[in-house]
Amino acid sequence: MSEERRDSAMQGSPEPLPHAGVEIDEPKFADKSYSQGQLVRRRFFRHKGALAGLAVLILITLLAFTSIGIGPLPGWWDKDFTTTGSVINGGRPTMGWFYLGEHPFGQDTTGRDYFAMVMRGTQISLVIAFTVGILSTIIGTLIGAIAGYYRGWTESLLMRVTDLFIIIPLLVFAAVLGQIAGGAGIFALAVALAFVTWTGLARLVRGEVLSLREREFVSAAQAIGTGSWRIIMRHILPNTIGVIIVATTFAIASAILLETSLSFLGFGVQPPDISLGSLISDYQTAFTSRPWLFWFPGLFILAIALSVNFIGDGLRDAFDPRQGKDG
Amino acid sequence: MTRYILRRLAISFGVLFVGSFLLYIMVINSGDPLEDLRQSTASNRDVLIQGRIDTMGLDLPWYQRYWDWLTGVAGCFTGNCDLGTDQTGTDVLSMLEQAATATLRLVTIATFAAIIIGIIVGILTAIRQYSGFDYAVTFLTFLFFSLPVFWAAVLLKEYGAIRFNDWIADPQISVLQAFIVGAVLAFILQAVMGGSMRRRLFTAGATGAFSVIALLYFTYVGWWRSPALGPVIVILVSLAFAVGLVALFAGLGKRRVLYATLTTVGVGSVLYFALAPLLEEPNWWLLLGLLVSAVVVGLVVGYFWGGYSRGQAMAMSAITAVFMAGMTFADHLVYAWHGFLELKPRPISTIGASTPNFQGDFWETTLDWGTQLILPTILLTLISVATYSRYTRSSMLETMNQDYVRTARSKGLSERTVITKHAFRNALIPITTIIALDFAALIGGAVITETVFGWNGMGAMFREGLDHVDPNPVMAFFLVTGTAAVVMNLVADLAYASLDPRIRR
Repeated sequence: MSEERRDSAMQGSPEPLPHAGVEIDEPKFADKSYSQGQLVRRRFFRHKGALAGLAVLILITLLAFTSIGIGPLPGWWDKDFTTTGSVINGGRPTMGWFYLGEHPFGQDTTGRDYFAMVMRGTQISLVIAFTVGILSTIIGTLIGAIAGYYRGWTESLLMRVTDLFIIIPLLVFAAVLGQIAGGAGIFALAVALAFVTWTGLARLVRGEVLSLREREFVSAAQAIGTGSWRIIMRHILPNTIGVIIVATTFAIASAILLETSLSFLGFGVQPPDISLGSLISDYQTAFTSRPWLFWFPGLFILAIALSVNFIGDGLRDAFDPRQGKDG
Repeated sequence: MTRYILRRLAISFGVLFVGSFLLYIMVINSGDPLEDLRQSTASNRDVLIQGRIDTMGLDLPWYQRYWDWLTGVAGCFTGNCDLGTDQTGTDVLSMLEQAATATLRLVTIATFAAIIIGIIVGILTAIRQYSGFDYAVTFLTFLFFSLPVFWAAVLLKEYGAIRFNDWIADPQISVLQAFIVGAVLAFILQAVMGGSMRRRLFTAGATGAFSVIALLYFTYVGWWRSPALGPVIVILVSLAFAVGLVALFAGLGKRRVLYATLTTVGVGSVLYFALAPLLEEPNWWLLLGLLVSAVVVGLVVGYFWGGYSRGQAMAMSAITAVFMAGMTFADHLVYAWHGFLELKPRPISTIGASTPNFQGDFWETTLDWGTQLILPTILLTLISVATYSRYTRSSMLETMNQDYVRTARSKGLSERTVITKHAFRNALIPITTIIALDFAALIGGAVITETVFGWNGMGAMFREGLDHVDPNPVMAFFLVTGTAAVVMNLVADLAYASLDPRIRR
């Protein structure tokens, strides 16, 4: 910890001491000292949009996983997403302001309970989005940092691999991989998608690292004999955290959209699995006759993607006090 | 530098080659190309299967198929292109020629619109960080970014096309509606402009009054069905643009720059009348030539007025000239709207890139393209705008906190100079990367948009090709998008190097 502080002092203005920022921010806490983690947490919990996003995301996750259960575990909702039945009242939603009724989101054309179907779709879309987002961030950050720092042949090699992913449009690569992996289940699909979505972040991180490695604090660290790996992990990457976090939230949100788009085109989640995207593609023509089949999955995608983005925004503000209100 | 560019290009085409190999292998292994025939009950099933095996060369080994495709593509460099045939035996090259123009038109327009709107919105939100305007835009960009394209497309079809078509049949705006629109516009504009309470009230009042009067007047004179701009409006708007541009980027104190742009508007007004007969029935080459000559006129005027600020005067005059050319174009287009409505009573249809069997003069055909383009373009633009404005904002905020910006402020430069010269130029560095990379992604996004709006573009080629495990259409799609991506990446690298000399080569 002490070394990190010395380091921040050396680099001077670009990354001010976290404590300096807080003293301006909150004078009454000036005499107490906080760890980096505490500071980030405090700033995050002051961000109302992020808190609302977090609440919505937790709520949706809980709702999706407890209502119809996961695998062998049963949920509290008494219908499942495969049983067909008689269509009551044209399959209209029975949900009111204070009660759910028999079919809160209505029924599809074969009488299946649409609430259970949407919940199942939400589960699958959530699992895929988070797997893809986290995996692709890890891959992209590592590759970008190594390429930016070591340069030379490592950089050329890694950037050629990145170029390869960039010139084959994401959707094309993902569609072909999805076509191949689609039958093998959702985790195969998620890994395949992570394998093609890391390149944007790798380029961004490389750009940042290229610029950071010319700064004095890196030279200083090199001069006292710090190892390359430590310089990357402790000195360079923490300075790119804002970029990485903004990109990660966009990655998770776009993973949801990518997966739903693929499912919409027929190259993603394959039946009998349901994703929010395949629900929309199945019922997109129903907009005039049965609008609820069209509205609910779309609104759930929106809600998830929106809340993830707001959480990311809050995290960025929390990690980066330079962009605070006084900045 | 030339050597660097050549080396970059050579590497990129190497990558393109490896990519084509990988994609080809992946596509031919992604499924069974004969699946639909195997399940068919037709009596001549075996003949059909044999026929498809012959057309697609399924009996050849994979390297032989790839080699055949590659030699066909290599022919493009010597003038006899052969991109193969699809599974029914249709020539892919002729398919591609039709498909690519529709798709590239869509993507190019969406990219330019998104860059301009995204950067402007990004800068405004960065300058007014944590204002109500910033929060509203942040929320909206998040909303657009989170929209599933195909879902939004169906909504846009319903509300943007069908309702608009109903309305344009008998366009009426009631006084109440006009007041609501006016109030909303007034609220938005005062939030953007900011300032003291009095200034905000003044902005809101002026905007609201202007828009209410304009809306009611337009409805009263039947402008919605037979609109016109006319020379007065074209010239006045161009003048306002010229003054605004100079005020924003150079400062009205720089008389020579101001006079240069005003002279450009003067020359443009003369040309507006002089060229009117020529623009009755033009073609795209003529228009392109006129655009280039507009830039030249602007540069020349700027050169002679310029003096000590020659570079700036030339740039501003050229931009003004391009704007005025655009206004003249819009003037002719708007004038054709009335005749266009007679030909096509429901102007925005939701299927296809152009109306089949549409007969009209140049301007009416352009309007037909435009009305077919508008909904997909809005969709693609909105989503890219969300990305661009976020990155611009984030990168502007980053640079605004740098030492050199503080130095610039403390030595007494005006806020305008600080933002446009010191902060914005440096903020552009990360944005160039995003925009270049996004171009290929936009073409990918166009696949979905084209599907929803029933365009017969490259997206359809790709989707059907992959569906039928038919490599040639997929590879044709890849050739176009891959080349576009290589070019855009090169542009990004060059822009990066010229914007940030710290990056050593």
